[in-house]
Formats: sequence, C-alpha cells, structure tokens
Amino acid sequence: MLHFIKKLYYGDIPDASSGAAPSSNQQQPVTDWPLWEVFIRSKQGLDHKHVGSLHATDAQMAIENARDVYTRRQEGVSIWVVESKYITASNPAEAGELYEPAADKVYRHPTFYDLPDEVKHM
Amino acid sequence: MGTHNLEELFQQKIDKEVKIEPKDWMPEAYRKTNLRQISQHAHSEIVGMLPEGNWISRAPSLKRKAILIAKVQDEAGHGLYLYAAAETLGQSREQMINDLHSGKAKYSSIFNYPTLTWADMGAIGWLVDGAAIMNQVMLTRTSYGPYARAMVRICKEESFHQRQGFETLLVLSKGSKEQRAMCQDAINRWWWPALMMFGPRDSESTNSDMSMKWKIKRKTNDELRQQFVDMIAEQVKLLGMTLPDPALRWNEARKHYDFGEINWDEFWQVVKGNGPCNKQRLDARRKAWEEGAWVREAAQAHANKQRTRTKAA
Repeated sequence: MLHFIKKLYYGDIPDASSGAAPSSNQQQPVTDWPLWEVFIRSKQGLDHKHVGSLHATDAQMAIENARDVYTRRQEGVSIWVVESKYITASNPAEAGELYEPAADKVYRHPTFYDLPDEVKHM
Repeated sequence: MGTHNLEELFQQKIDKEVKIEPKDWMPEAYRKTNLRQISQHAHSEIVGMLPEGNWISRAPSLKRKAILIAKVQDEAGHGLYLYAAAETLGQSREQMINDLHSGKAKYSSIFNYPTLTWADMGAIGWLVDGAAIMNQVMLTRTSYGPYARAMVRICKEESFHQRQGFETLLVLSKGSKEQRAMCQDAINRWWWPALMMFGPRDSESTNSDMSMKWKIKRKTNDELRQQFVDMIAEQVKLLGMTLPDPALRWNEARKHYDFGEINWDEFWQVVKGNGPCNKQRLDARRKAWEEGAWVREAAQAHANKQRTRTKAA
C-alpha cells in the first residue's frame, strides 16, 4: 500500500504480516452512533474549550460519556456537547481571503502609535 | 494548482513546524500512514486492557484493585482519544473495530504475552508503559494536529501508570523471599518483549524515509530504545533487581549502556500472530463486542423512542 514508507518505526506494524486468523463470523454492519464534539469549562469563570469528540446515541449519553472520558481527574466543572454535523468550519483553502486582509492593518494595534515617554498610564 | 505544487506547500508547512489539520490538503500516503499508525495505537490501548483486566479480581488489596481499575479505565479513554483522532482522517469507528476483530488491523505485540503473576502488573506499568511513554512523548510533537493533541492528553495520564508500576515492584522488592523472586521473574519475562516494542533495528532499512521527512516520527527506533535502556538500567538498581541481559554494561566512550541482541525471530513470530496469546486476545475482544451488542441496540432504541416522544409532545 505505502511504497513511500519503507522503514518501520515504533508501533508501525507492517500490513503484510497478519496478526491473527481471519474471523469467520464477520460483524453485521451497524451504523455508528452520531459523533459529538465535547467542550469543557475547566473552572468557573473560564471559557468552555474543545477537548475532543465521542459517539453517543443522544445528548444525555454524550454528556455522561464526556464526564467519564474527559473529567476523570477533575478537569471540568461544566460540559457542552454538540453533534459534530451542526458545526460549520471555515475552509483552509480560503485562509488567504479570510485572514490576510488583517495583515497590513498594523494601526489596529496599540504599539503602532509612537508616544513620548512622558505620557503615563496609556 | 498541480499536485506537485501542493506537495511542496505541504512540505514547507511541515518544515516550518506548522501542524496539519484534518481539512488541510495532505498527500494520500501521509493520510494513510497516519490513519494506520493512529488506529494501531488505538487498538493497542484497547487490547492492552485485557492482560491487566485479568488481575482486577485478583489484586492483593482494595487499594491495588482501585488503582488497577483506574489504570484500565485510562486505557479505554486513550483508545477513545486515538479512535477519534483517526476518524478525522475519514475512516469510521465501526470500520476500525471490524478491522481489529477480523485480524486485518494490528496492535502492539507486547499484549500477546501472558500476565502470569501479580508482579506482572508492576512490570507492565514500569517497563511496558515506560517504553510506550518514550514513543508517546515524541509523538506530542508529531505533525498531524489531532494525533499530537491526543498524545498530550495521554502523556499527562500515562505518568501515573508508570509510577504505580514501579511502586508495585518496589513493594514486592522489599517483601518476602517469594515476593522478591516473583518481582525478578516478572522483570525477566517482560524485559525483552519491552525492548521489542521499539520495532526493528534502524539498519533493517536503507531506503529513504517519509515518516521522518513528514515529521510523523522524530526519533528512530534505536534512538528511543537506547534512551529506554539507559533509563531502566539505572532504575532497576533501586529495586535491587537485575535485567536479564549479561551483555548489559555502561559504555563510557558512548555514554550509553551497551546491551545484548534481541531475539528477532521471536519478534517476527509474535507480529505474525504466533505469540503466546494472539488468539486469546482477539477472541476476548470479539466476545466482548458480541455480548455487548444488545446494550448498543437497547441504547439506540431508547434514543429513538425519546426522539419520537419529543416530536409528539
């Protein structure tokens, strides 16, 4: 498959050598449960931050699983979950149009303005 | 823009240490290599629960039992982080699970060795998790963003695994004559398989290699293995135990420990499925999956019913 990868690194087990006898009872395909994105507030007063994703049948299960997976060591005090399909992401290919116009507007930063040292508290 | 151009831009990003994210353009071989490595890593975490699960009901005290349960639960979490990272590359969870159960997908060979005594729980934490950490610390800087982020999370938790393992052995090393013998026996059995975890020697291949160029990996097998040997050769002294290698000695010129040759025939035998527990591990995975089918169906049915009710109301 990968003629580029000739060297086997740690944990990189070649496809050519089989792990075990093929299974005779292949699973009937069932559909994966919906994917949810998980956001955790690490402590009161801070933003919720994206921490990862998981599969769950509904929002309740997503919250319960997120608690088990992402807050086992008191990493959070609040959880948000949202089904991944409802997230719209910007397209990396359009990064130029979206973000470059800000690059030549240095006057938006306070350091652009040269003021005498005598001016205090500014 | 041609593919050639895209590949050049891709390489420029890698060279500038810019992480690659799921929606970014990437060469097909980069995607496939990452997918294969991340899913193998995920499978290793999941299968890795089995040798330890064997000792949950046999742990010598309630404290040790609670620790072991927490560790095994961590492994499940690590498997999940990694499956989620692999899914960003376009393969479904279900497909990955099916590939594991059919024997198509691989997992680390180390888990095909049996856990015969309680001391094995210590040796696994110290040596097996210790070896895994060497690789995982390196992978926190891997070029694929979701993999690197999963590794940061995992490394934070993994340190507990290694420390509890060493402490388990430390207690045994100060115990009765039988307990000390059990401790040494576990080290003897796990030492060489742990060294094998780092994979074939670098000299096995002279071909140019993309894993390094694409910064999926940043250290070679032999570099990581040497780092591991240097670390363990010192730590074992604190246990008052020995490593089962007569060739192991400090090399003042190299500033590293020299060590003996790995049994590569055994290595390839286990990779090819002829290890002591290959069949047992996969059978256990399939059994758990099949016996859990009704739970998955019930959860789905419950969710469907809730949705219908919400709509009706």
